[in-house]
Amino acid sequence: MRTIVPVIIAFLSGMVMILAFFFDPEKSILGELEQNVLSWVTIVGGFTLLLGVVSIFRVNLIAVKRRHDGWGYKLVTLISILAMAIPAIIPSKLSPLFGTGTDSIYDWLFNYLDAPMMATMFAMLAFYISSAAFRAFRARNTEATLLLIAATLVMLWRVPMGEIALAYIHPDLPQAINTYIMGGINMAVQRGIIIGAALGAAAMSLRILLGIERTYLGK
Amino acid sequence: MSWVEIVQIWLVAFVTLSLFSFLYKDNPFYRLVEHIFAGLSAGYYVGLIYHSVILQTMIDPMFRNGEWWLIFPGILGALMFSRFSKNYGWISRISLAFVMGNTAGIFLLSELHGKVLPQVGATMRSLNPQHQADGWTGVLLSLLIVVGVVSTLIYFYFSKEHKGVLGGVAKVGIWFIMISFGAHFGYTVMARISLLIGRVQFLIFDFGNSIKELFG
Repeated sequence: MRTIVPVIIAFLSGMVMILAFFFDPEKSILGELEQNVLSWVTIVGGFTLLLGVVSIFRVNLIAVKRRHDGWGYKLVTLISILAMAIPAIIPSKLSPLFGTGTDSIYDWLFNYLDAPMMATMFAMLAFYISSAAFRAFRARNTEATLLLIAATLVMLWRVPMGEIALAYIHPDLPQAINTYIMGGINMAVQRGIIIGAALGAAAMSLRILLGIERTYLGK
Repeated sequence: MSWVEIVQIWLVAFVTLSLFSFLYKDNPFYRLVEHIFAGLSAGYYVGLIYHSVILQTMIDPMFRNGEWWLIFPGILGALMFSRFSKNYGWISRISLAFVMGNTAGIFLLSELHGKVLPQVGATMRSLNPQHQADGWTGVLLSLLIVVGVVSTLIYFYFSKEHKGVLGGVAKVGIWFIMISFGAHFGYTVMARISLLIGRVQFLIFDFGNSIKELFG
């Protein structure tokens, strides 16, 4: 019962989407059903994301209540969640500080704290990625040498000074990198990976619909 | 520069420098800002989902257009929270199965119809001389793409041991893959460097000017 009912629901909701694909969305009831089901999934998906936030809140709250190691930092996380979420939920009719519009607390916190922190976090990866490159980029064999050459050429090609240096070696070199490495070899490999991954995703979808794959149910 | 602007710039500079301090070693400033970041990011999603999903997709159509049946996905969504209960946690499987089944149905067709067929089609079409406007460069590029796609797919084909012809083609595949990964790595490094330049520019110009304004 606890497994069969969800498997049947998964099969039926998936079949609606598959069958709807073969019918005209404006002339068949299936098309209308497809649109409704899509908005249903958006709503349930939204609640799922909220579940994640509630889970983070719960875990941190328990840690603060039980005075676990670093509970002070977890308290900061809780305060930050509330500081961002509560003003966003309160209707903007009451004050322009509420809601998610321009000049709201939510907007201010995003622009002056969240966005700079996000940019800094990603910028920090420049150091770690360079350190990883220093260790990984050794021309030990053919494959590593190809990786090293391609990365060096692309890094040079991406900056104006490097592009001038490459053109100094041969005037057509920057264009050749664009055509043959990015638009040729790179595109071919990306296509191969996309085709392989898409076939894998389609096979996995079929397994879910047929109830063979049940790991999402905790089985 | 107004006081409000100075406070905003100093706040951004504080979080930026606190995060960068981790490059030296873990410290209380980094941990404080890291937890603020985690909390704000989670809170950001609450605001986003509340407005774009719960209000716009569910509450507004229900009360303004009389689409009362939208209460059902709301109930399904609420059932997800049963995961926190030891005894009733299994109820959330119903909502999860609905989302998984639906996503699987969409993926089954979109992956084949929207990705596999167009990608295979584009690869095959490039071999047609009628599609070549660039002369021999175009022909060479098409051959490169076809060899690259086939050898990459064969490298990822593990149902047969990579020996003989299959092994040779897989070897070519790994060369293609290495060049592509190198190119991707180069691109990623430059994107991160560009973000780093942005942060350094902020510290030098915006933060630097605010210091001048205050003290000099």
